[in-house]
Amino acid sequence: MELSRERLLDTYRTMRTIRSFEQTLNELSQAGRVPGFLHLYAGEEAVAAGVCATLGADDYVTSTHRGHGHSIAKGVDLNAMMAEIFGKRSGVCKGKGGSMHIADLGKGMLGANGIVGGGIPLAIGAALSAKVRKTGSVAVAFFGDGATNQGAFHESVNIASILKLPVVFVIENNGYGEATPVAYHVNIPDLAARAVSYGIPGVVVEGMDFFDVFDKARAAVERARRGEGPTLMECKTYRYFGHYVGDPLTYRTKEEGEKVRATRDPLDAFEKRVVSSGKVTTSELRAADDQVARAIAEAVKFAEASPAPELADLLTDVYVQYSA
Amino acid sequence: MATRKCAFVQAINEALFQAMERDPNVIVLGEDVAGGAGQKEDAWGGVMGATKGLIGRFGAQRVIDTPISETGLVGMAVGAATTGLRPVAELMFMDFIGVCLDQLLNQAAKLRYMFGGKAKVPLVVRTMIGAGLRAAAQHSQTLYPMTTAIPGLKTVVPSNPYDAKGLLLAAIADDDPVIFCEPKSLYTMTGEVPEEFYTVPLGKAAVARAGGSVTIVACGKMVETSLAAAKSLAAEGIDAEIIDLRSLSPLDEDSVLASLGKTGYLVVVDEAPPRCGIAADISALAADKGFDLLRGPIRRVTSPHAPVPFSPVLEDAYIPTPARVVEAVHSALES
Ligand SMILES: Cc1ncc(C[n+]2csc(CCOP(=O)(O)OP(=O)(O)O)c2C)c(N)n1
Ligand SMILES: [Mg+2]
Repeated sequence: MELSRERLLDTYRTMRTIRSFEQTLNELSQAGRVPGFLHLYAGEEAVAAGVCATLGADDYVTSTHRGHGHSIAKGVDLNAMMAEIFGKRSGVCKGKGGSMHIADLGKGMLGANGIVGGGIPLAIGAALSAKVRKTGSVAVAFFGDGATNQGAFHESVNIASILKLPVVFVIENNGYGEATPVAYHVNIPDLAARAVSYGIPGVVVEGMDFFDVFDKARAAVERARRGEGPTLMECKTYRYFGHYVGDPLTYRTKEEGEKVRATRDPLDAFEKRVVSSGKVTTSELRAADDQVARAIAEAVKFAEASPAPELADLLTDVYVQYSA
Repeated sequence: MATRKCAFVQAINEALFQAMERDPNVIVLGEDVAGGAGQKEDAWGGVMGATKGLIGRFGAQRVIDTPISETGLVGMAVGAATTGLRPVAELMFMDFIGVCLDQLLNQAAKLRYMFGGKAKVPLVVRTMIGAGLRAAAQHSQTLYPMTTAIPGLKTVVPSNPYDAKGLLLAAIADDDPVIFCEPKSLYTMTGEVPEEFYTVPLGKAAVARAGGSVTIVACGKMVETSLAAAKSLAAEGIDAEIIDLRSLSPLDEDSVLASLGKTGYLVVVDEAPPRCGIAADISALAADKGFDLLRGPIRRVTSPHAPVPFSPVLEDAYIPTPARVVEAVHSALES
């Protein structure tokens, strides 16, 4: 394990923050305290944390409707995220976007996305921009198994492969697109195999294992930075909650979820590994838990206390207005 | 006919059952229209339950869960329609039309004409429209002006459960491609719906409320908004007539002009933004073919020229309200 104690603790805090953020939102949403629809990332923490741990502040990510984890891992401010989800003016997008559109361009977070597959072309655009401007930045597109059935995915991977763009395509294969299992919606066992059609590396990753994600993402990001072109990573993972908060989960068994939690939980696995390595102690991790819990409670407090947008905000950020 | 109270979404569901019952060439396809891998029973039956029970009754041959591939699924429906089926494709949210627009704009809409009348495309695309559910900019748009503007496509927007069922059955029976827009905020609205099969003709507006003081033209969710406005207008002695367009294309110009002939004043209410929308279109109709009938300026009530905001306070200010309709009527009558 080459990562330093500090980096391991940072990583743990990132994953714990994602987990707690989502658990908290699940409760708040069910209690009717958060407006709109929420797609929670719990269970998939190792993917966002593992990939983003290989990125610098100047690298880009594009995200999905299930975007909280990517935002947190890319360093978006928790208070501003929470306020956005509450629709408040202090939100990272002034309350205009909500959960499905969190973006922080200064952090290289180019946006969650309400359109399945919609972020993938944007990622190759960011990669093109980095290449032409010679900034050395890399772009990562996060998207689900379901999104690999969109033309936007295939077109983007192909373009990136012929132009050798500095981009990494990260499939978060959580087993389902909404209520539809992967085994139904594609005809191959490993989505990574789709890379073959584009002549780029395709890598299967145990997405519940931070270290596997980290190692393989690092190789892909380095390859991209060297100008050798894109990689397709398929991270096998699992979403703990439903597709959205309120999903009756009628398409999978309770046992299936319980088994994953008991045997593959990314936080448990990480803890076991780092504690047994002797680099981090259990009490340090529990202290991190407390720290995270406080930060999230603070974010909720901040969001709830923040004022709503002003009515004039309705008409800002559009280039032209027509009087009523 | 035996009627009973029924929710909008159930009326849609019942229309699908009855159309599939009557014609083995009617199929339903879309993302999670069954859910759970197209087995014998559905897991979801559509994200809002509109297609619930269909797979259990008609099987996975005719009720097809598709991957998340709007170009493929809508295009497949166009091809199937051209070769003998009557597909009802579900484009979950109309916002997603961007993904599959070519198949509608350049294929479905053009085949009959381009091929000299030889092709028939009896396709229905069911799709949800409208704001109000805190679903933000990519899940809340009212995009029917776009499809209305395309020659070769029909566009229908029901405003109540009765019309939802009758218009959907008419759309499925129609030999041209129909974009069937379902205002998602009306799904829970209940109303009297006959149990039997019936159709509501495409291209015929309805008088949702008869009156003599002013004509309010609306469609979809805005009919409800206009009815609420009419109620408060009635309290001050203004007797509004509300024309529910129901079909945007073909458009029932005669009903609009007839009402205008009666009242002389026109207010158009549209949930879409103001440019190139239905309010603009109906205003142009009145100015063009009804100029002599007008006794005052036309007033439009629309959403602003902006994407739909997420924040509840902003979204509530975005969607036209009864108060804004009342204000527009006052303005029309006072000028
Ligand atoms: C173009 C488009 N089609 C359909 C949807 C509706 N939708 C939202 S999320 C989703 C499932 C996405 O599945 P996947 O890509 O596997 O991501 P996951 O939700 O599993 O993270 C669907 C169908 C959408 N938002 N955009
Ligand atoms: Mg998925």
